[in-house]
Amino acid sequence: MHIKNSKRIVALGVLAAISLTGCAAGGSGGSAGGSDAAACAPSDGKVELSYTSWIPGIDKVVDIWNKENPDIQVTVQTGPNGNGGTYKNFFNQLSAGNAPDLGQIEYDALPNFRVQDGLTNIASCKNVTESKDDFIDWTWNQVTFGEKDSVYAIPQDTGPMAMYYRKDLFEKAGIAVPTTWDEYAEAAKTIRTQGGYITNFPQNDVNWFAGLVWQADGRWFSNDGDKWDVTLTSPESEKVADYWQGLISTDLVSKVPAWTDEWNNAYNTGSDWTWISAVWGANSISSGAPDTSGNWAVAPMPQWKAGENKAGNWGGSSTAVLKGSKHPYEAAQFALWLNTSDEALTALNKEANLYPATKAGLKLPVLGDGVDFYGGQKIYDTFATAANETNSDFVWGPTMTQTYGDVADGFGEVLGGTGTLTDALKTGQKKTIDALDAAAIPVNK
Amino acid sequence: MSQISAGAPKEKLASRTAAMIVMGVSTLYFLVPIWWLFIGSTKSREQFSSTAGLWFADFNLFTNIGDLFAYNDGVYLRWMLNSIIYASFGALLGTLFAAMCGYALAKYRFPGRELIFNTVLGGVLVPATALALPLFLIFSQFNATNTFWSVFLPSIVSPFGVYLARIFAAASVPDELLEAARLDGAGEVRTFFSVSRRLMTPALVTIFLFQFVAIWNNFFLPLIMLRDQTLFPVTLGLYTWNSQVNQIPEIRTFVIIGAFLSIIPLIIAFLSLQRFWRGGLGAGSVK
Repeated sequence: MHIKNSKRIVALGVLAAISLTGCAAGGSGGSAGGSDAAACAPSDGKVELSYTSWIPGIDKVVDIWNKENPDIQVTVQTGPNGNGGTYKNFFNQLSAGNAPDLGQIEYDALPNFRVQDGLTNIASCKNVTESKDDFIDWTWNQVTFGEKDSVYAIPQDTGPMAMYYRKDLFEKAGIAVPTTWDEYAEAAKTIRTQGGYITNFPQNDVNWFAGLVWQADGRWFSNDGDKWDVTLTSPESEKVADYWQGLISTDLVSKVPAWTDEWNNAYNTGSDWTWISAVWGANSISSGAPDTSGNWAVAPMPQWKAGENKAGNWGGSSTAVLKGSKHPYEAAQFALWLNTSDEALTALNKEANLYPATKAGLKLPVLGDGVDFYGGQKIYDTFATAANETNSDFVWGPTMTQTYGDVADGFGEVLGGTGTLTDALKTGQKKTIDALDAAAIPVNK
Repeated sequence: MSQISAGAPKEKLASRTAAMIVMGVSTLYFLVPIWWLFIGSTKSREQFSSTAGLWFADFNLFTNIGDLFAYNDGVYLRWMLNSIIYASFGALLGTLFAAMCGYALAKYRFPGRELIFNTVLGGVLVPATALALPLFLIFSQFNATNTFWSVFLPSIVSPFGVYLARIFAAASVPDELLEAARLDGAGEVRTFFSVSRRLMTPALVTIFLFQFVAIWNNFFLPLIMLRDQTLFPVTLGLYTWNSQVNQIPEIRTFVIIGAFLSIIPLIIAFLSLQRFWRGGLGAGSVK
């Protein structure tokens, strides 16, 4: 009884303190209603939009828009990256009815927002649907979820994957640059005899592993409109798992945690020879392994069948119009400009190394230059090719944070010496189905 | 101490050595990360990952500081300023309220006094993190999220301060003195400010420091409340940067040097208020 009373009084106290705030800040006014703007009609007069993104320097890009569009002014809001807190904030704000008009959402988080009804469908904006062919094919499927008459976000950037490798070491050792995964495994053996490792297997970059499965035409999720299918253990997925399990079991790859000093050092000292990574990885190497400048080169990902041309993707974001925005038309116009216009794409690349999701963007002048760190190679040409070779059918699930976590736990055990990557996928499969079930999301068991 | 000096010389030496080892190890434990941070702050980005973590390479501390202050139009300085404002004004007001509340609970008899005190004690047990989301939803009702007040107002509440102030007021402000003040015609408010406050000063400094550190380190509330980076405290700002390191590796240097600089105000606050702090803790614990 006593405790109950105390709690009540604490609650009252908090309320009292809060109502003071209300008086202090009451001027801003306005109700945060969720108008379901199916129609894409321009608003009258001057419109102010808020846009939350964690891209460094995004405010400078938005300034360009604000100068050119006095009637649609965009305020940039920022925060940590999506999984670092911004997604959680979006969900809090959506339930409080004060979400920003636009938000940055990575492709692998979009289904979560779609499932929780956090996105506004902007398919009724004519120029949005017309822009479909401007974007790299697979990105458009990510923002429409394959639904009819639906566009829930505008693709922003992508992370096409290729193989970074130490050109000098490969030449010195007389190893041909591997073009298939079989050749890659052979090269791994030779490199191991010379004291190096061909690459590193990271525990926590499960989305990297997903990129490899993506290349092998595997899918981890699908949705027929009614129910989700979880297929972490599909044959393609297990094929990739078996392959890397082989490299791990025979000690042909190093096992340091990625993104640490130890990991940087493995590349900086020439102990690790290649990295299958996304386009944005170019900067990770040049900053983590500065002593190896000029010795790197980029080649397409090794293929499962000789002669094929398939690539995976790792990372990338979209710009979504969040539920409750009162100006979906203006928001859509801004999102289109931000992610298709040459000036915005050039600025985004300059500020934050974003790699465009449009077909035209791949040919931007800034992406045509040779890069000194890679011996002057025009590395972005390789990535542009990869972007167009990425399978369009890959689908992310609605609980990726959980899936990543559970699979990473399993990967950790493998690197510690117990279990297999396939076991990790099986556990991930089971736990993902459980999680979907627990969240009352229909799923095939 | 007295027990140690009373023992035999041999035992004295052994226990003293043991104590020194324990102290030495914990000193190392606390200082090595700060040393690492300092060393990291003096290195260029290239040398940061390629040289030993605990010793100097080329000394670039001032270049790094200059770059940090210039990056993104000097937003780091803005964050530091915000943190100082949130923490110092929040701690000042928080201390004042806690002192008045604790004093009233200690020196006045009124119905419900124990209930209020117990409620406040209960408040000590509720972690600030658990209150962040409810606070966000309540502030949302008033369209007051993403404002200075959304972080500042919750910061001036300090249940632990009220507790300390009550204990200390009961111990250090004699009732006779208050009666004398009343007889001399001083009102209750004047008595509090000119008599009791002075007697309570050591406790107030303690509360101030506690509160200052708590607000300075507060991270979760600003994370949930704020979206405008010009309102960020330095903790949230650095966290935001750190989450962008994979995208822009250059930022890593700024995170390191920024973290190093951000502990300096805390060190200053502690060193300058240290002697009051010790007095306050001692007085509170005797009672």
